[in-house]
Amino acid sequence: MSSPVEDVTRPAGDEPFLVVDDLTVKFPTHDGIVHAVSGLSYSVEMGKTLGIVGESGSGKSVSSMAVVGLHDAKRTEISGSIRVGGTEIIGLSETRMRRLRGNEVAMIFQDALAALHPFYRVGAQLAEGYLAHHPDATKREAHDKGVAMLDRVGIPQPDQRARDFPHQFSGGMRQRAMIAMALVNDPRLLFADEPTTALDVTVQAQILDLLQDLQRDFGSAIVFITHDLGVIAEMADDVLVMYGGRAVEVGTCRAVLSRPQMPYTWGLLESIPEAQTDPTLPLLPIPGTPPSLLHPPTGCPFHPRCRFTGEVPGDLCERELPDLIPGIEGGEHLRRCHLRNAHEVLSNAAAKKSKVGRHGPS
Amino acid sequence: MFGYIVRRLIAGFLVIVATSVAVFALFFYGPSNPGQVVCQATSPRCPPERVADYNQTLGYNDPVTEQYVVWAKGLFTGRDIQFGSTTIDCPAPCLGISYYTREPVSELLKERYPATLSLAVGAAIIFLPLGVVLGSVAARKRGTSTDRLMVGSSLIIYSIPYYLLALMSYLYLVIIWGIFPQPEYNPFTENPWAWVSGLLLPWLVLGLAFSTQYARFSRGSMVESLSEDYVRTARAKGLTQRVVLIKHALRAAIVPVITIFGLDFASLLAGTVFTEFVFNIDGIGVQALNSIQDQNFPIISATALIVAVFVVVCNLAVDILYSVIDPRVRLT
Repeated sequence: MSSPVEDVTRPAGDEPFLVVDDLTVKFPTHDGIVHAVSGLSYSVEMGKTLGIVGESGSGKSVSSMAVVGLHDAKRTEISGSIRVGGTEIIGLSETRMRRLRGNEVAMIFQDALAALHPFYRVGAQLAEGYLAHHPDATKREAHDKGVAMLDRVGIPQPDQRARDFPHQFSGGMRQRAMIAMALVNDPRLLFADEPTTALDVTVQAQILDLLQDLQRDFGSAIVFITHDLGVIAEMADDVLVMYGGRAVEVGTCRAVLSRPQMPYTWGLLESIPEAQTDPTLPLLPIPGTPPSLLHPPTGCPFHPRCRFTGEVPGDLCERELPDLIPGIEGGEHLRRCHLRNAHEVLSNAAAKKSKVGRHGPS
Repeated sequence: MFGYIVRRLIAGFLVIVATSVAVFALFFYGPSNPGQVVCQATSPRCPPERVADYNQTLGYNDPVTEQYVVWAKGLFTGRDIQFGSTTIDCPAPCLGISYYTREPVSELLKERYPATLSLAVGAAIIFLPLGVVLGSVAARKRGTSTDRLMVGSSLIIYSIPYYLLALMSYLYLVIIWGIFPQPEYNPFTENPWAWVSGLLLPWLVLGLAFSTQYARFSRGSMVESLSEDYVRTARAKGLTQRVVLIKHALRAAIVPVITIFGLDFASLLAGTVFTEFVFNIDGIGVQALNSIQDQNFPIISATALIVAVFVVVCNLAVDILYSVIDPRVRLT
């Protein structure tokens, strides 16, 4: 049964609502083991938003799907610990996991056109989700609940639109319907997997506003997965940067985005074009390609693409995986880098760059 | 929707006309001599004058176009057909008169058709659910030994020539082991039990042979559907495994299976020569085969016409069914 909206209590033991501890996800394949997520730890409090940033294949979606229990158990090896509201969900039976999914923990997917079933009416798909966790409710009640949710996410004439099929909705409306579907059971933990990536900027802003609104109302914990740092800056309280299946930098949104201490995060931020700079200057990409998860590089996963390995004595970057520890500034801001004075090195590089201007490959 | 059906029916009608024209042309421009066939059916001695007389009275010497018009008109109004000095009435829908038995072809088909229809429907009731269920289970268990067993065994059965499968099952199951009674066709209206028991083995053999393709096809379709985003959404909603598989995955996976089924069912309705032949069921498949050997043109043309009608109707039914299953399909 879902909890009433007001009942947003901290779980026993004063632990954050979601605690992921040393999560490892591996997919055994014919070619070898794919190390999709390695030793990932994070936590999210009720009412807070954690942004997970990373490029494709960094493990951000895979780790979230593990929390929602969407991996095929036969084809996935998951280890570590995931506690939702104090309940350990790794190794939980399928029946109990099912009761959690869509109820306590819900997920908003990226491409709403693909994620909604093309053969069923939007209202029926919402009602279905409600009925799955409210077996005593009548179909009428479930339908009304669905319509109310459509209304709540700002779909005009919700009782009529509930009778439409997903393909009759516009892109933004579909994403709203998707959100309504995720929220139909008042989940306390919401995963949003790139919910605005497929939308144009105006609609994107509306959807982000809506999510913030809903979070205020429902007090849910949100894990927001994206590769868009602008979206993170707007939405997240805390940020986790993932690279090659590992967390490489964690901290408050402000700390990570304004004082990055890991060359990868720094590279991501530097690659964003700014409105003030000369538009004819080439963009500054991070060279190279994402690491293979089948044969991860030795040492730091980022070292083959890193500009700053020369700053580290010896071949430490190639040999040894750095720990996720506080930088010299200490505090809650953790990064996985051998550079002892990372912030200093990176801000020097940034200053040098802005003095000389952007020199891209010509 | 209504306009769509009307247009499809018109198009289907043209297909049927084209088929009958093609059959006519093939027969009349080929080495055929109906007078000879008709004459030999009645007496062993056929002097050329009698053959010529038959050809003359049957209208075979008229231009082909004229004969076609007479034939087509007879479909709607009925006509009299002259065999030498005797005239036989062929009531509408007149598909001609058998050169051998001198019965109207429509009567012969009416007599034979229930057996073919029974075979087709009974086999479809077995192979469609069997194939879809096996395929879905294999897809769900993809990569496991269950999957490999199902795919492997369906491939083995599929690769056995059908006539061999039919003959062997007849030989062992009926003659040697006597598990099944002698297959035969009894009208359902007279004795439903005899209808079932007489056709059970042909149904099973035909159903098994067809189910292998359906299992492999459904498996492929289901594997694809299981990887769809909306199936992941269904699981994320906390629906039970069964609802996710049947209501969400299978419902989508069944669409392409229906297309194949429409075509297969049409061809089954056109007669299953091997099945009818091996199990000694008097359906239109065997009849068509015999009439080709006998150059009994009226039966050949009638069978071709019926096949064309079934293909058209089954295709239309499939397309209408599409729009019922998939709301994105608009029939315009």
